[in-house]
Amino acid sequence: MSPRGRLIVFLFGGAGLAVLFVLATGHLPDFGGSWHPYGERTVSNALLRQTPNVVSSINFDQRAFDTLGEELILMASALAAVVVLRGVRAEQEEDAGAHAYGPAEVFDALRITGYLLLPVTLVAGVYIVAHGYLSPGGGFQGGIVLGSAIHLIYLAGDYPALARVRPVPMFESGEAVAAGVFVLLAVAVTGHVTAMNAAVGLEVGCAVVLVLARFFDQALLVRTSS
Amino acid sequence: MSHLAYLIPAWILLVGVYGIVTSRNLVHAVVCLSVAQSATYVLLLMIGYRRHATAPVFSDVKPTGNVVDPVVQALTLTDIVVGATVTALLLALTVQVAKRRGTVDPDRLRSLEP
Repeated sequence: MSPRGRLIVFLFGGAGLAVLFVLATGHLPDFGGSWHPYGERTVSNALLRQTPNVVSSINFDQRAFDTLGEELILMASALAAVVVLRGVRAEQEEDAGAHAYGPAEVFDALRITGYLLLPVTLVAGVYIVAHGYLSPGGGFQGGIVLGSAIHLIYLAGDYPALARVRPVPMFESGEAVAAGVFVLLAVAVTGHVTAMNAAVGLEVGCAVVLVLARFFDQALLVRTSS
Repeated sequence: MSHLAYLIPAWILLVGVYGIVTSRNLVHAVVCLSVAQSATYVLLLMIGYRRHATAPVFSDVKPTGNVVDPVVQALTLTDIVVGATVTALLLALTVQVAKRRGTVDPDRLRSLEP
């Protein structure tokens, strides 16, 4: 289909969607109104279960089963990304130590800032995971912080340094163990918000590290053999 | 009048879909899909909004019933996490398409194999 024809089809479809959307919003509750039946019930339930962060209580206690499904989607996507990015026949992977890949000329000030920020970011990630039941945060958010903290080594230094502190098989096992623990917690013993936060934090952190590791390999190490 | 605000997510969704339809680059298409998906975050948070209410976190305040809806906030959290991993998967597919076909222009990817 020509770009012009595609645009015409989109105009019809978009106009139809817009009309249906406007008709549907007519039946929504008023914006900013005070009618929130589900919200009120979940707030009182969360207070009964002694979880001050109601969002965490919903994710890991009241709707833990739904979060289990979401968790498995996350694992499946991360796994699929890792599988899709594996090397193919006509490629060979170079050794991580063969090149000093990284931001080529890093200022000393940036390098020191990166190394100083690394422990701070790791502690902040653990804090966000551990305090998820009490204050805004939780396993998903803290896991992302933990997973990206390790990559400060790449930003402040080079790729071989990152490859040394990031043994991929360990993160693969961590991902699998965390997913298994989460399934057990969600099915067998519900209501342990902190434990579930920790499992999710480990799983998300490992998934971020694994997916980024494959992208790094693609960008820096995989070369088509001639 | 208060329902006019609900048109914002519809606009974001249509802008994202327009970007996908007119895209000439798969990376651009993936980013446009993220824009279209962010319409769902805005819609969910709008439904949960409540005037003059606080966040549904009671770690340092006395619990009151006057908070924004936490259910849709939890749904939005779920949405963002799934969206991020799906984006990673789509970008991985784009990397492989670029390697095997030598192009990331959707118009030049007609047949399944060259």
